[in-house]
Amino acid sequence: MPIQYYIYLALTLFSIGVVGVLTRRNAIIIFMCVELMLNASNLLLVAFSKMHYTNALATNKETLIGIEGQLYVFFIMVVAAAEVSVGLAIIVMMYRNIHSIDINFLNRLKN
Amino acid sequence: MNNLVFLVPLFPLLGFLANGLGRKSLSKSLISIIGCTSILCSFILSVLLFSSVKSSGAINVSYFNFINVSSLCIPFGFQIDQLSSLFLLIITGIGFLIHVYSSVYMNDEKTIHYGRYFAYLNLFVFSMLLLVMGNNYVIMFIGWEGVGLCSYLLIGFWFKNNSYNYAAKKAFIMNRIGDLGFLLAIFWIINRLGTVSYEGVFANFNKLSSYDLSIITILLFVGAMGKSAQIPLYTWLPDAMAGPTPVSALIHAATMVTAGIYMIVRSNVLYSHAPSTQNFIAIIGIATALFAASIALFQNDIKKVLAYSTVSQLGYMFLGLGVGAYTGSVFHVMTHAFFKALLFLGAGSVIHAMHHEQDIRKMGGLRKYMPITNITFLLACFAIAGVPPFSGFFSKDEILAAAFEKNPIYYYLGVIGALMTTFYMFRLYALTFLGKFRGTHEQEHHLHESPFAITIPLIVLAFLSVFGGLIGIPEVFAKNAHWLANFLKPILHANEIEATEPHVNNNELIMMAVATTLILTVIVFTWNKFKRYENTETEPTGLKKILLNKWYVDELYDILFVRSIDFIAASFKNIIEKSGIDGIVNGIGTMINYTSRQVRFVQDGHVGSYILMMVVSMIAIIFIWINDGTIIQLINKIF
Repeated sequence: MPIQYYIYLALTLFSIGVVGVLTRRNAIIIFMCVELMLNASNLLLVAFSKMHYTNALATNKETLIGIEGQLYVFFIMVVAAAEVSVGLAIIVMMYRNIHSIDINFLNRLKN
Repeated sequence: MNNLVFLVPLFPLLGFLANGLGRKSLSKSLISIIGCTSILCSFILSVLLFSSVKSSGAINVSYFNFINVSSLCIPFGFQIDQLSSLFLLIITGIGFLIHVYSSVYMNDEKTIHYGRYFAYLNLFVFSMLLLVMGNNYVIMFIGWEGVGLCSYLLIGFWFKNNSYNYAAKKAFIMNRIGDLGFLLAIFWIINRLGTVSYEGVFANFNKLSSYDLSIITILLFVGAMGKSAQIPLYTWLPDAMAGPTPVSALIHAATMVTAGIYMIVRSNVLYSHAPSTQNFIAIIGIATALFAASIALFQNDIKKVLAYSTVSQLGYMFLGLGVGAYTGSVFHVMTHAFFKALLFLGAGSVIHAMHHEQDIRKMGGLRKYMPITNITFLLACFAIAGVPPFSGFFSKDEILAAAFEKNPIYYYLGVIGALMTTFYMFRLYALTFLGKFRGTHEQEHHLHESPFAITIPLIVLAFLSVFGGLIGIPEVFAKNAHWLANFLKPILHANEIEATEPHVNNNELIMMAVATTLILTVIVFTWNKFKRYENTETEPTGLKKILLNKWYVDELYDILFVRSIDFIAASFKNIIEKSGIDGIVNGIGTMINYTSRQVRFVQDGHVGSYILMMVVSMIAIIFIWINDGTIIQLINKIF
């Protein structure tokens, strides 16, 4: 499949994630959108990795050219998991303080 | 002897520093001793220098380079030649007498002010010495400015009185106007000749075109107009009588006002080759002489009469310069220093005895109470009137004889001026010393002769006023007896032989006799008219009122210059300063304040808006990063 389809899809997912972060009020939904952005970049990495491999196969049967992309994806997933745990801990603390998870109540930096 | 030249101005400078810095800690007697001995030491050195110059000629020493830029080198040096040494004697001699006089006259002051007074007086003598001793125009200008400054400081000595401060400001500002002319002349000389030293300028004056010469000489004369109180810059001198009387004697009779004459005599080479300027000087001189004499006729304050008399006599000196009688003018400077200082000091003695009453209508009959002051004042009046054989006769007659050579009208106007001088001086004498005392009984009880420190200088000056003319006996009386002319010949350059060579005019004896007779007649007339004066004056009318109000010149200057400058200054203050500059500066502050208040709302505490701004700016950065080249092309096309 031409690489453009993957790029368009990743772009769409990423922008949906961004808009979600900017617009939603529920902290957990914001988290899900952050995950969505991370996954969009993962998708892009894997797609490019496959593209390079397919291109290199034409010249060399035994090539490992696109392996960095797929390796990097693992790192991103690990980071995402760690981030989720920390983030959820923060949300719990937030709930304990203001008994809600509406981010609009976090405005003590106002003025 | 050359090594000691620098000591002459050094003593007064040290006296200034000692009295100025120590005015709180020294006692009055110590202050006066420091002040007087510094001038005495300078006087002794001046006598030594004078005899040295008389025997062996001029001395010229340079100490260091005052200004040294590329081709222009202005050394700081002293030139003691015949003219300088003569002036040195006058300045330090009369300065010393006045210091001694002041030590008693100013005794009522507090010690701090006493010390300040002597410090200023010493600073004045220092500046005046710099002026006459410098060997180039720039050093003269330093002294010139210095004496202007000291004049301001001393006129406004009693600074708690606001009108005295105005008088001091007026003197300084009018001096400054003249100084502008002087500075322009110096710049012109530097531009044309590349040097300002006297030797350099006078040796190379041929390189100046006649246009250059006339401009330079006129600009120098403008400087002299301001310093020596000629029309139109003379109005500061009568107001300067606000200062203490010894100050008036020293500064405004004997020394500072003669600085202009010194400068012109020093530059006699330039002036002798600029005949149009010389005519101008002569006209201004005689006009000032007559104008000031007319104002002095009806003044009622002792010091004002003497002030206008000074302006008038200065006019005579400039008349002498204008007709080329340089020796005559220097001679008149000398004799005028003697008798005018004597007149002022005598007036001070009278004022002191009358407890600071200066109106002559309230005096009278002081002859009985103050004999020494009376005699010396009378001798000075004879000297200033020009009665032979007093000193004033010889000097004034020399000027008038030279004026007659140039143009008889100068002579006739000069004689009229001399008669007016006689009239107002003897009116002053008669109203002060003759007749009955017209003051209060209170004042009468306190009248007594002044102490020795006041009367001794009076006696010395009287001696000089009577016999000082004998150094300049004219040709008609004795062949080649004019000692002063022979002495000053080296500084008056060879081309001016016709000015210094003695003229023997056949009619001169007759003219002298006629003039003297007229003067004696006026003396007798005035004596009799005013010796029985009763104060029955009504409000003056007509010409007398105009003369009493000084021809309304001060009012004229006020309307012409002071009001317009005040208006310009006020408009600058209100429009440009308050609304303009202050508006801009305050406006920037207000604008920042306003902007920050608006920008504050960015921080509203909503995390969402923060993230939105972050995302937007990231998009912008990436956009710019990708399209770097096209953006630069766009900017280059616009600019």
